[in-house]
Amino acid sequence: MSTTASTTQARAHARSQAGASHASGPDLPEDLAAADIRFAQRIPPGGYANIVLARGTRIRLTDTHGAACAHLLLLRAESPWERLNVADTVKVPWQAYLSTGHPLLSDQGRILATLVADSSGHHDALCGPGPAARHALRMAGAKHGLEPRDIGPTVALFRGVRVAPDGALTPTGGTGAGACVELLTHLPVTLLVANAAHPLDDTPVTELDVVAWHAPGDLAHTSSGDPEYQRAVENTEQAWHAAHLREAR
Amino acid sequence: MNALAHTVLLDETVPARSPWSAIVPAGARLDIIDLHGNQAVDCLLYSAADHAERYSAQATITAQRNIFLTTGSVLRTDASTALMTVIADEVGNHDTLAGACSQESNTLRYGHHTRHQHACVENFLAEGMKWGLSKRDLVSNINWFMNVPVEADGTLGIVDGRSAPGKKLTLRAEIDTLVLVSNCPQINNPCNGFDPTPVRMVVAQEVPE
Repeated sequence: MSTTASTTQARAHARSQAGASHASGPDLPEDLAAADIRFAQRIPPGGYANIVLARGTRIRLTDTHGAACAHLLLLRAESPWERLNVADTVKVPWQAYLSTGHPLLSDQGRILATLVADSSGHHDALCGPGPAARHALRMAGAKHGLEPRDIGPTVALFRGVRVAPDGALTPTGGTGAGACVELLTHLPVTLLVANAAHPLDDTPVTELDVVAWHAPGDLAHTSSGDPEYQRAVENTEQAWHAAHLREAR
Repeated sequence: MNALAHTVLLDETVPARSPWSAIVPAGARLDIIDLHGNQAVDCLLYSAADHAERYSAQATITAQRNIFLTTGSVLRTDASTALMTVIADEVGNHDTLAGACSQESNTLRYGHHTRHQHACVENFLAEGMKWGLSKRDLVSNINWFMNVPVEADGTLGIVDGRSAPGKKLTLRAEIDTLVLVSNCPQINNPCNGFDPTPVRMVVAQEVPE
């Protein structure tokens, strides 16, 4: 006899599932108060997340089992036609390889987020998503009313690619379990993350942890002394303060 | 033997600093001629039938496993559909990492005094509007005749060009392709030899004699 033959039985069956499960969430940073955490999710291979995050949010992405591949697109939350510009993100800092201090720039000369910590160093701003990641990013974007044309070039964390003098691309893989990257948002952003294969590295993907917490004080720390970065901070602060009333003291 | 003749569909000179666009029909060729040498030609491609199918620098370099565009490079969409193929190139390599100059990125690279200088994104927006394209349709582009090496430590930058007066490259359209161009107006880096100049665009269709 089925236990879901009637609406009453089906309701009881559905409601019993949450209690019976054990969600394995991300490990939370021990030095953080639970109340400061804004988002915590373990993203399975092929999965994605879509999150609107305030300015001054610190996002930790962790390659828990050593083969995560986090494809990222950031859009300015209140005006998503301003989004990550991967070309400016490599051209303006004169650097193709992402590491600590690297800004993720929008097409409007502003910083959406800065890469503020990195224990991996194996990342890729050149190759973009493979078919699975592209599909996942489109799905993630659709939940914010975004269309495929809004999904521009992306960056990938935890899978490196290097360029030879003749321009040839060589994938350099990941760095092993536990590698993590932290981003600090400078503006409110919609963050789309897909955890799926890198197009030049078919290593099966493993879980990706994403934890975000409120850290507005971190915006006072200077992440880079480059003049281009300093001017990007100026542009970003100016735009933010122009759009928001001064907070009551 | 079937000799081939060419019917010239269009032969235009793009003034310095100006935008240009045209649909190149499937099978037709587009010659881009660097009339005076070292003139960056910023370029985006869209399927004429569906502008959501557009050039992807990332898909293009991933498929060929090389960052430089030259003879044999297939210019692809996100879904890896071929839009155009480079069938001849007198220069050797062209950039598709460094994107287009914009008023906004100019403020970062050269200072706030450059805010109101003309820039490629201005050209892309103005010319794209004629076809119903908007800011959301702009992505990482091709920079014909622009030289952007990546060094071993990842340092990348626009350096002196490898082109010269009269050098030419030829693209073949694999499907009907909308070609959107900004004849780069940048005066703060060597991509135009600090002196923007005109380029010539010739669209020709092969016809059996």
